[in-house]
Amino acid sequence: MNDFEQFKQTFFEECEELLQRFEDVAVTLKAGPNDPEGLDDLFRSVHSIKAGAGAFKFQRLVVYSHEFENVLDLIRSGKLELADGDPELIVQAGDILNDLVCAARSGQDVQDGHEAEMLERIRAMGSQTGTAAAPVSEDASKPDTNGDFVVRFRPHRAMYETANEPQLLIQALKAVGDISILADLSRLPELSKLDPAEGYLSWTIEVRGAENEEAIAEVFEFVDGDCDLVIEPISAAPREEGQAVEEAPSVATPAETTLATSNTPPAAGANAAPAAAQTNSIRVELGRIDRLVDMVGELVIAQAMALDSLSELVDIRHVKQLQALEDLTMRTRQLQEGVMAVRMQPLKALFSRFPRVVRDLSKKLDKNVRLELEGEATEVDKTIIEELSDPLTHMIRNCMDHGLETVADRVAAGKPEQGVVKLSAEHRNGRILIRVSDDGRGLDPEKVLAKAVANGLVEEGADLSKEEIEALIFMPGFSTAAAVSDVSGRGVGMDVVRRNIQKLGGRVTVESEFGKGSTFTLALPLTLAVLDGMLVDVACERYVVPLSTIVETVCAEPSMIRDLPEGGSVMSIRGEMIRLIDLCSNLRLSREGKTEPLRKLAVIVETEFGRRVGLVVDELLGQQQVVIKSLETNYHSIDGIAGTAILGDGRVRLILDIDGLANMETSTSLASEGSVDTMDPIISGGVAE
Amino acid sequence: MNAEQAVMAAAEAIADGKDIPADHRQYVSFAVGAEQYAVDIMSVREIKGWTDVTSLPNQPEYVRGVLNLRGAVLPIVDLQCRLGAGLTETTPRHVIVIVALSNRQVGMLVDAVSDILDVADDKIQPVPETNGREDARVLSGFLTDQEQMVAMLDLERLLGHALLEEEPAEAVGA
Repeated sequence: MNDFEQFKQTFFEECEELLQRFEDVAVTLKAGPNDPEGLDDLFRSVHSIKAGAGAFKFQRLVVYSHEFENVLDLIRSGKLELADGDPELIVQAGDILNDLVCAARSGQDVQDGHEAEMLERIRAMGSQTGTAAAPVSEDASKPDTNGDFVVRFRPHRAMYETANEPQLLIQALKAVGDISILADLSRLPELSKLDPAEGYLSWTIEVRGAENEEAIAEVFEFVDGDCDLVIEPISAAPREEGQAVEEAPSVATPAETTLATSNTPPAAGANAAPAAAQTNSIRVELGRIDRLVDMVGELVIAQAMALDSLSELVDIRHVKQLQALEDLTMRTRQLQEGVMAVRMQPLKALFSRFPRVVRDLSKKLDKNVRLELEGEATEVDKTIIEELSDPLTHMIRNCMDHGLETVADRVAAGKPEQGVVKLSAEHRNGRILIRVSDDGRGLDPEKVLAKAVANGLVEEGADLSKEEIEALIFMPGFSTAAAVSDVSGRGVGMDVVRRNIQKLGGRVTVESEFGKGSTFTLALPLTLAVLDGMLVDVACERYVVPLSTIVETVCAEPSMIRDLPEGGSVMSIRGEMIRLIDLCSNLRLSREGKTEPLRKLAVIVETEFGRRVGLVVDELLGQQQVVIKSLETNYHSIDGIAGTAILGDGRVRLILDIDGLANMETSTSLASEGSVDTMDPIISGGVAE
Repeated sequence: MNAEQAVMAAAEAIADGKDIPADHRQYVSFAVGAEQYAVDIMSVREIKGWTDVTSLPNQPEYVRGVLNLRGAVLPIVDLQCRLGAGLTETTPRHVIVIVALSNRQVGMLVDAVSDILDVADDKIQPVPETNGREDARVLSGFLTDQEQMVAMLDLERLLGHALLEEEPAEAVGA
C-alpha cells in the first residue's frame, strides 16, 4: 500500500467515526430549537468529510456534503429552525452521505442520481430562509490560525495539593511554542497573612507558533478542573508582537496590567474543556492485541510457575530475592491488567445504534417509544461487545413489540402515551450488568404458564413460583406473541438470547410485574480471558469454581443435612432448603484409598435462574485469578466443565460449570442411578474399615 | 530408546528428510505392551516423558485426562487402553507421543519409543479383512520386514471420534 492509499484508508476510517457521530446526534434531533453543541457536531462531521473528500477528489461526495453542510450551518446558526419531519430528513440525508462514502471507498459508484432527490429536499429545506447556497469552495479546510495564542492560567489551591507545579507546566509550554509570560502578583497578601498552601499567582502566557489550541490544552490536561484556564487565539494583527515579548522576559515580572484578565470569563473556560478531553489514539489491528493478550497470559502462567518452584528454595535469609519476586509478581499482574484494558471499550459504540433501531421500529409498530440510555461509558471487552449486539437488538425489539402496549391500550391503562425502553449498563462485583427494561404490560404469569403447558414445556398442573414461570420464556420453542410479526421472531426468541449470553459466560434473568413492565438483566464477565475463581479440593483433585457464582461457603453440621430417599441430599441453611451436589459422585471421582473429610464443606452457588445449590467439597484452597483455556481447542466440551485453567504449578485444572452440574445431577440421579450405586460400596467400605 | 533420544533422533530424521526417496516415508515406532506400533513422523509434534495428568469427568476410560503443554491444554489417550488391553500402569519411564490431527493436538501414552523407521511405501502390507473388529479398523497397514511386525496406526480412526464428538454411550466403564 503506498502512502496515498494509506491516507485514503485513514480518511475512510475517520469517515466511519464521523458518520457514527453524526448519527448519534442526528437521531436525537427534534423539531424546534436543538442543543447547539450537537448541531455543531453535525456540521463539523459533514464538514470534515467534505474537506477530506475534496482532497481525494471524490466529486460527488464533495457536492453533496457541501449542500448538506450549508443547511446544517443555517440550522446551527439559528437561521433555520427544524420543522416537523426535518429531523427525519436529516437522518436520511446522513444515510445517503453514508452511501456516497461507501461508494467512494469501494470505488463502485452508486447509480447516477442516487442523491439527487435528497439534494433537492435539502435545498428546499435550506431555501426556507431565503439564503441561497454558496457555490462549492475548493478550499474546504478550516481557516488557519496563525498559531499564536494567549493562555490565561490561574491555579487553584487544589492543583498545588495534587503536587502539580506551575513552573513545570510553563516549561512544558515552551515545547509547544515560543512563550512570553506575565505573572499577576496582585492577589499576594502581606507576608504575615500568607497561607503557604494557597495559590495566589496567576499568569498570562503568550504562546507563539503553536501547532493548535489542542497542543496547548494538552499541557494542562492533568490540572484540568484544578485551575482557571483560558486559551484564546491572538488575532493576526501584528501590533502586539514584539511588544509583549520584550516586556515579559521572566516569570517574576510584576504586572498590574494583567489584573483584569485573570478573572476568567466562564464562557471561554467551557471552550477549553472539549479540547482537553480529546484523547490521542492509534488504530491497532485486533489480531495483534489478541496475540499480546495470549502472550501475557502465558507470561502470567510462567511467572506463577517460576514463583511456585522458587518459593520452595528461598527462605527467610533471602529477603531481597523474595522482594524481587514479589515485585515481579506485581508487575506481571499490572502488565496483564494493562493489556486487558487495551481490549476494553466503552459500550457506547454498541448502545449508539439502538436509538436508530427504536426510532425505526416505533414507526413500524405505530407505537410512541422513548429510549433512555444509561452507563454508555461502561467498558467491556471488545469480543463481548460484538457478541452482545444481536441479543440486545433482539431484546429491545421484543420489549417494543411484545412488552409495550399500543398507544390506545396505554391510555386505557392510565399510562402516559409514550412508552419508555431503558437500556443501562454498570459494573458490579467484577461483572457487567446490562438491563433492558420497559414500562409496558409485563409478563402475565397465567398466560405464560398456559402457553408453556400448551407447548408441552411444562406438565399440566405443575406448581411453579412466579420466578420459575418467568424463566419459562427462555425455554426453546416458547413464544408469547399471539400473532407472529416480522419484528420479533417466531419462537426462536429468548432461548437464543439466553444461549448467546451463556456462551459468553453470562446469564440472563427477567423480573416482571404484570401491568407495569419487565426488566431483563444480563450479567456478563468483563472479559473472556481471565476468571476469578475459588480453588477447591475434592477427593484430592482440584477444581476452580467461578467466584462470581459463589454466594457463601458453609461448614455443614451433620444435623443440617438430610439424605433423600432417591439419592442425593439437601441441606437446610437459615430455614432454606438447598439441594446438595456431591461433586465426588457427579464427577465420578474415586475415594479409594482416601479418607473422607469429617465434616462436609458446602460451597453455596447460584445458578443461572437464581436457584441455589450447594457443592460438596473437601477443602477450600483459596482464591485465584486464572487464565481460561478452552477445552475445545484440542478436545470437546464436557458436561459440568466450563473450561480449563493452568495454575501456578503448571497443572491443568478444570473450571466447573455450575448450571451444567445442576442439570446433570437431575439426569444422573434419574437415568444412570446404577453406576452411581456401584461406587457407593467403595466409599462406605473405605470409611468403615 | 528413551524419550529424549527419540526426540533427538526424530529431529535428525526430519532434518535429513531431503535425502529420503520420494516413495519412502519415515515413521516413529513405539512399544505398547508386547506390540510395536508406528505413526507417520510428519504427524508427530513432540515426545515427552509421562507426567501426571488432570483427569476429566465422565469420559471414556482411555482418555486419561488433560496436560499442559506450554500453555496448550491437550487430551492424553492411553493407547493400550484404547486398543482394548486395559489401563496402563504409568511410571515416569512411560512416554507421551504428541501428534497433530486435523488442527488439534493429542498426546498418546505409550510404553516407550522404539525407533525411527525409513520405509518404502510398497513394503507396507494392507490389513487383511477381519470382520470389522475394532482393533483392526484403527490400523492402516503392517510392516513385516523388521525384526518384529509393526502395525501402522490410522490416527484419524484411532483418535478422531474421541476428540471431536462426545459419545456418552461409550462414556463409562466401556
